[in-house]
Amino acid sequence: MVVLETRNLKKYYGKVHALDDVSIDVEEGELLAVIGPSGSGKTTFLRSIAGFVKLDAGSIKLHGRDITNLPPEKRNVAMFFQNYALWPHMNVFDNVAYGLKLRKLPKDEIEERVHKILKLLDIEDLVNRKPNQLSGGQQQRVALARAIVVEPELLLLDEPLSNLDAKIRMRIRFEIKALQKRLNLATIYVTHDQEEALSIADKIAIMHLGKVLQVGKPEEVYRNPANFFVADFIGTNSVIIVHGKDGKVQIGNRTFNLPAGSKYARIVVRSDEVTISSEEPKEEKGLTISGKIMGRLYMGSKYRYEIEIEESNDPLFVNSQNIYDVGSEVYVIIPDGSFFVYEV
Amino acid sequence: MKMNPWRVTLRVIAILLILVILIGPLVGVVLWSFAERWYWPSPIPQDFGLRFWKQVFSQGRVLDSILLSLTIAIITVGFSLALAIPAAYGFARYRIPLERILLVLFLMPQAFPQLPIFINLASTFSKIGLGGNMWGIILAHTMASLVFSVWIVTATFKAIPVELEQVARNLGASRFRTFLTITLPLAVPGLIASSIFVFLWSMGEFTAAFFIGAPFIQTATVLMYTASMGYNLQIASAIAILLIIPSIIFMVIIERYLKAEYIAGLGG
Repeated sequence: MVVLETRNLKKYYGKVHALDDVSIDVEEGELLAVIGPSGSGKTTFLRSIAGFVKLDAGSIKLHGRDITNLPPEKRNVAMFFQNYALWPHMNVFDNVAYGLKLRKLPKDEIEERVHKILKLLDIEDLVNRKPNQLSGGQQQRVALARAIVVEPELLLLDEPLSNLDAKIRMRIRFEIKALQKRLNLATIYVTHDQEEALSIADKIAIMHLGKVLQVGKPEEVYRNPANFFVADFIGTNSVIIVHGKDGKVQIGNRTFNLPAGSKYARIVVRSDEVTISSEEPKEEKGLTISGKIMGRLYMGSKYRYEIEIEESNDPLFVNSQNIYDVGSEVYVIIPDGSFFVYEV
Repeated sequence: MKMNPWRVTLRVIAILLILVILIGPLVGVVLWSFAERWYWPSPIPQDFGLRFWKQVFSQGRVLDSILLSLTIAIITVGFSLALAIPAAYGFARYRIPLERILLVLFLMPQAFPQLPIFINLASTFSKIGLGGNMWGIILAHTMASLVFSVWIVTATFKAIPVELEQVARNLGASRFRTFLTITLPLAVPGLIASSIFVFLWSMGEFTAAFFIGAPFIQTATVLMYTASMGYNLQIASAIAILLIIPSIIFMVIIERYLKAEYIAGLGG
């Protein structure tokens, strides 16, 4: 069942297209991650659903109800703000209970629901603290509790983890995902971190310059990127430019035809999915490029190599657990599905 | 910890100097109010006594004038805030054309010498029945003090992150409810600061009170002026001391609300 239906959303700031014909749906219990670099329009998209951005065109339906022109307070979507936006003059209880008090619930029900949600998020003992007495992680939980306690039809998360330490971030990812599944809450999760999006989302939408470039399951988007931008944005990649000759681009053991008018091809390589070998492989599988190791970085679980290749001026950056000496000649074997060719 | 004796001496001198500058004039006022006889060149009065204090309390007009000043100041604070809060919220949250020019306009009554401004105002007010009238003075004070309240409250509202209001809207609160439960409580320190300014300014204001009110009603400052003009420095000093009292009480009450917690909370 479709919870949210956005159709042809448009928003212009002067000549800048913050939203350029955006149409995305969110299903019951689904977590949609919207990703893109800064300025891609992902936050504008989120804020337009919350009612803080007045659209120039398009329609938004929530459970079939047209909310396009409703004020924020009549939409029944709960938004989590990046900087938490906890009210400094209220303690944790009053912060979380605010939305319930507006719904004119009886006092004991408010208390029960607030305590239930605080328990769920493991912050029950903070109930009387003021926001300035809380750590960043605790503030994040209180803000999350405040958003979900009202049982919204849709939860909007704006970069929920961006203000946390890297270590806590990994753990909270799992928690948010588990919580969202447990409450079966349709959710839009905005982030600039593609890895975070891949790991947490049921569906990913990639935005760039106000446009939606691709919508799909994480595996789909990762394995079948719709265009160069998506291929490059998702995953850890190395991009090399190879110039064509007589309408053809030749690299390693493979040749690709260039359409008329194209001068070169950009090749996106998934850096983690390659094999490095000092001997030429016997089987003709995937793409094999020979090159010379120019540099090596130790990354803990792996080494990162800078490899100079004949076909391109750009070095190829790939990762491997095996150790090779700088200066040695190697073959980089990239399996099918781990590289993508785009003509320009 | 051992300190260099020179530095200690310098510090003590500096502190004493500051005290003399701050408290010196007050000491003079206190001495004068108790002086029954004080001829030059004696550094202190020859005779001390409570005669003039008795006069002050037995003459109704002195206490009446202080009460009048207090009433005017309190109502002025009320009017000033009532006008400044909506205006400042508009300035802080919406794009208003010519915002800067409008904000500077509030400064106008304070930007020029007070005498011509209030003489003009007095003649206008007397034509419309506001001369010799408490409300005339209140209106003049409100107008002139708007610069304090509008400027301070605008800065206060601007310092409150707009997200704090958006969360409330998002959770189902109307604009008005959001303002009452989120914006206004968070603005309390700024509202208090502007109240202090307006209150103290109104209590000490002379020109408007004189030209609009006199001779029909006399605020404490006007009475003080008349007393000192009649070489009755003792009465004037006693009024001056009495005038300080409500200001001190006002500031103590305010200080209680301006607790560090509140200010720290704003930074949130």
